[in-house]
Amino acid sequence: MANHALGAPRLTGPQPVPKPEVASGAEVQAGPLIKAGSSLVADRIFFFAMLGCGLCVLALVAVIVYELVTKSSLSWHAFGWKFFFRSEWDPVNEEFGAWPFVYGTIVSSILALVLAVPLAIGVAVFITEMSPRWLRGPLAFTTELLAAIPSVIYGLWAIFVLVPLLRQYVEPFLARSFGWTGLFEGTPYGIGMLAAGIILAIMVVPIVSAITREVMTAVPQQQREAVLALGATRWEMIRTGVLRNARAGILGGVILGLGRALGETMAVTMVIGNRAEIARSLFAPGYTMASVIANEFSEATGDVYLSALVEVGLALFIVTIIVNILAQFLVWTVTRGMPARSHV
Amino acid sequence: MSNVTVTASVDATLLPVLSVRRRLTNFLVTFAAAGSVILVLLPLGAVFGYLVYRGIGSINWAFLTQTPKPVGEAGGGMANAIAGSALILLIASTVGVPVGIGAGIYLAEYGRNRLGNLIRFTSDVLNGVPSIIIGIVAYGLVVLTQGHFSALAGGVALAIMMIPTITRATEEMLLLVPTAVREAAYGLGVSRWRTTLSITLRTATSGVITGVMLAFARVAGETAPLLFTAFGNQFWNWKLNQPTAALPLQIFTYAISPFDEWHRQAWAGALILIVLIVVSVSAVRIAAGRGMLKGGS
Repeated sequence: MANHALGAPRLTGPQPVPKPEVASGAEVQAGPLIKAGSSLVADRIFFFAMLGCGLCVLALVAVIVYELVTKSSLSWHAFGWKFFFRSEWDPVNEEFGAWPFVYGTIVSSILALVLAVPLAIGVAVFITEMSPRWLRGPLAFTTELLAAIPSVIYGLWAIFVLVPLLRQYVEPFLARSFGWTGLFEGTPYGIGMLAAGIILAIMVVPIVSAITREVMTAVPQQQREAVLALGATRWEMIRTGVLRNARAGILGGVILGLGRALGETMAVTMVIGNRAEIARSLFAPGYTMASVIANEFSEATGDVYLSALVEVGLALFIVTIIVNILAQFLVWTVTRGMPARSHV
Repeated sequence: MSNVTVTASVDATLLPVLSVRRRLTNFLVTFAAAGSVILVLLPLGAVFGYLVYRGIGSINWAFLTQTPKPVGEAGGGMANAIAGSALILLIASTVGVPVGIGAGIYLAEYGRNRLGNLIRFTSDVLNGVPSIIIGIVAYGLVVLTQGHFSALAGGVALAIMMIPTITRATEEMLLLVPTAVREAAYGLGVSRWRTTLSITLRTATSGVITGVMLAFARVAGETAPLLFTAFGNQFWNWKLNQPTAALPLQIFTYAISPFDEWHRQAWAGALILIVLIVVSVSAVRIAAGRGMLKGGS
């Protein structure tokens, strides 16, 4: 790959082509002069067109912020900060509090990370450090394929395959073995917080492992060789030579996964049970910020109701933005100086 | 590791002896890493397996050509949803692709300044915005102004999601084109805009198409932003300002319904959707393997 730090021409705006004085110009040079003049104009038009497209991106984010802020102001004025800590969600009496959704979002995302992060790091370690060379490409492709499956298909699969599995085998087993923790008690419906956490974990793994792989690849080869030369086993080499150097980037990947889990809508909506309750047991149904919007937005009657839903969206927006910026900064600290790569 | 056992000519006491504990840890970690790969690939296999197993039997001519039948009647299909998805994706691409590529050109060719950095940063931010939020915004922008749910609103929502992906992919690909190529064009007296469009962009075409296809594959399966923009429809619709069915929406509605017949169709629809997405992603992979630039880089 070309080093594009050297590659880009530092040319901004129209080029300093000597401006032809057409009015007093000699007729002999009329041809090329007119050409140069018109291409200057065309260059300028092209520049502004491209600039316009670039500014569109800025405008889009501005519009998103504007829409969310103005449309949620009604609810903001009615409930203030307390909105996020109240548990009533009563559209009939126009009493709104988002705490059950905030709670559900946090718990399902944390559960997803707890399940996904060790697996994702294991996958990344295996692909970059252990697998035979010929297996690397196919393995990387297959794990990334997990990220290409649409959320609604995960939801469909979860409803008809995962949930029955949880209901019949996994949840009764968990209740028998770990019921004393209080996390696994109550009726095993299958549908509930646990199902949402598992399906989110499956969706988060490819993101975390892709970033982890990227930052591990960014660690210089000499680090590995140096540690191996000191007589370390392969695992000791990975732990001290690779993971320790890449930890900030790996944390970035984990946080990026968190961002994805927080905003994930469809799959969660389909299996979490959609009940605005707070329960300690992971078997109990819950509700998340994204899924309450998905379920109730198009049916919301009344301005305060709609405004409350938009305010939930605004909160979700702000949190995911902060999480994503933090993650990108952490990944950048490890991979800076490396050629850029898009995380599609 | 194996070099420890090769002690023939060296005094064994000088070599670091690997304790059983260290070797055991090494073995266990390797085992765990391989295990996690299998554990991660398991759901992938299960999802694809079930899609084929449950979906293939329900895909037939009627499914591909008919609109949904009323509840309780067997038969019917998702033809209108497939067409609706195509319509919405067409709108999204018409809006999103030119703007995304244009913004990418700006970043690559003119963007080495503060404004460029700001746009770069903003487009990464936009990439991370949850899709349901984009739905709310498209609802406010289009649905409220028009007064009803529409294909146009769905298209706008998906276009907003496509733009940042395409922008960053285009920028990346244009930056791979060597400066010498640009300079050669300037040297021949070709103007700046002409160089960018016919030389630089042309050279990076396959890379840019890769980016566009990835963005397309990503939004093709999006459901959340369509819930209250395109809204869904049980009948044919070709009007831009009317509620329109979409494949992911239909899958969602059918999956959470209590009817077996609809569940069957949801699986069939999901199979069609995933085939569409996997084919485009794999095509991109194969094309990308052949090099992003024309004439090799």
